Amino acid sequence: MNDSSRPLSQTPVLEMRGLTVASMKTPSVTVATGLNWTVHAGEFWVVGALQHSGKSDFLMTAGGIMSPADGEFKFLGEAMPIFEETRMAHRLKMGFVFDGGQLLGSLTIAENIALPLRYHSKMTVVEIESRVTELLTATDLTPWANNTPVNVARSWQQRAGLARALALSPEVLLLDSPLTGLDVRHTVWWLGFLGELSKGHRIVGTKALTLVATADGLRPWRGHANRVACLSGGKFLSLGDWSTVENSQESALQELLQH
Amino acid sequence: MQESETTMVIAQQLRSGLSRLYADLLGRRVFKFLLALHGVGAFALITFGVMLGKFSVARCVVRPLVAREISRAGVKLLPMFLFASLAMGFLIIGQAAPWVSRVGGENTFLGDIMAIVVVRELGPLLTAFLVLARVGTANVVELGTARAMGEVESLEALGIDPVHYFVMPRVIGMAVGIFSLTVYLILGTVGSGYLWAFVQHVPLQPSDYFNQLAGALSYLDFILLALKTCAFGCIIAIVTCYHGLAQPLQLDQISNATVRAVGQSVIACVLIDALFIIAYLTV
Repeated sequence: MNDSSRPLSQTPVLEMRGLTVASMKTPSVTVATGLNWTVHAGEFWVVGALQHSGKSDFLMTAGGIMSPADGEFKFLGEAMPIFEETRMAHRLKMGFVFDGGQLLGSLTIAENIALPLRYHSKMTVVEIESRVTELLTATDLTPWANNTPVNVARSWQQRAGLARALALSPEVLLLDSPLTGLDVRHTVWWLGFLGELSKGHRIVGTKALTLVATADGLRPWRGHANRVACLSGGKFLSLGDWSTVENSQESALQELLQH
Repeated sequence: MQESETTMVIAQQLRSGLSRLYADLLGRRVFKFLLALHGVGAFALITFGVMLGKFSVARCVVRPLVAREISRAGVKLLPMFLFASLAMGFLIIGQAAPWVSRVGGENTFLGDIMAIVVVRELGPLLTAFLVLARVGTANVVELGTARAMGEVESLEALGIDPVHYFVMPRVIGMAVGIFSLTVYLILGTVGSGYLWAFVQHVPLQPSDYFNQLAGALSYLDFILLALKTCAFGCIIAIVTCYHGLAQPLQLDQISNATVRAVGQSVIACVLIDALFIIAYLTV
């Protein structure tokens, strides 16, 4: 994918300057420091990191779920994190897909997908049902629509998490290790679907989504993501395109490229 | 002689060591209690802030959750409260009638005893404890599991306030549930009390019994009953939600959190009850 062909907007989608990311479980522990990173509209980033290196903490900070320990972080020009009700419309331009979906256990798959629509939108019941059906069809989840998450395999829960994140048609989608624990068929589906989203899928109104995904290995993402970063030893390396990655001498990066 | 002096010195050191140990233990307990009070107090303020600020936000999502909580903390407990009211009526009349009859007061005091014991004290407190045991403990387990499974972060990512989604319906549901169940418990106990008096051949006419009850109650009893039961519901919901939700939990920590929540809820209810006793005595 040729990244130079992508139109870049004036305002970066994500902009981090001197950011320090803390651990979610132990806030006194620092995961990464001095993080400088800019993401432009339409880019498809993959952030490689080995397990337990803090990529979930990093992504949750990027998603505004956690406050950074230090530094400046903006999303579409506005300071993050956003918790105020008055700025919530801006915050909802970002969707977040958790590792394993992290669905609400008391709701069915369809109810989980409908939740953000019922909570935030002014759509009628019929409109919400229609939108949920559309999302279920796009993610092949229709057979599991009325099951609770505990009765559905983890790989399908992950897809339900994706459908839920897409319900409000966000402009940016952050995905925490979307390929972890998936078989070949599911992996192929995810890479294809994310590729379509980055070009503009009808499910989000054909606009090109900006995507950021974390991964344990970079190999499956070659030819799909057009920007690469790496998180290793508390340092974040924003590397750019695949040619830079291949020429890099970073040992951690070479390790990530093999998986 | 020297041996006994040595023994005395050791005994003295042991005593001073033990007293320091007890003082440390007491200090730790007091410190933990103050920390818990601070945590629950802050969580209560956040909850009431969210309830005031977001009461009408996303009604189509929150209203079914409130209905579910009212059903859980109220309607579904009705059979248990029917049994409890029968037992309470039997216990109170069974114990009181023989003693009152010794002073010839079975025609005069049984209704008053019912009003004082059941309406003012035992009814609300027993209801609160039963709802705490049945629903409060379930709250901690459910919310602790939700927290451990990352559902709180999920809601935050969706722009949904977890306090609005998880806590507000529980506070409303439990306040309404405890109020309604207390009313049912009192009515059931008053009715079953007369039934047991009748079975024990106490010479008391229904009209006398209910007149005594009516005479012993004032408008203040009804107002304070409503306030007290709603306060019990709010505090049990807040304490149990705080222990399930307000701090990151691993699955193996949920049982300890449940035990702490029950203990603190009981203490909080007793303290609130004491405040209402003062209100009764002063107004």
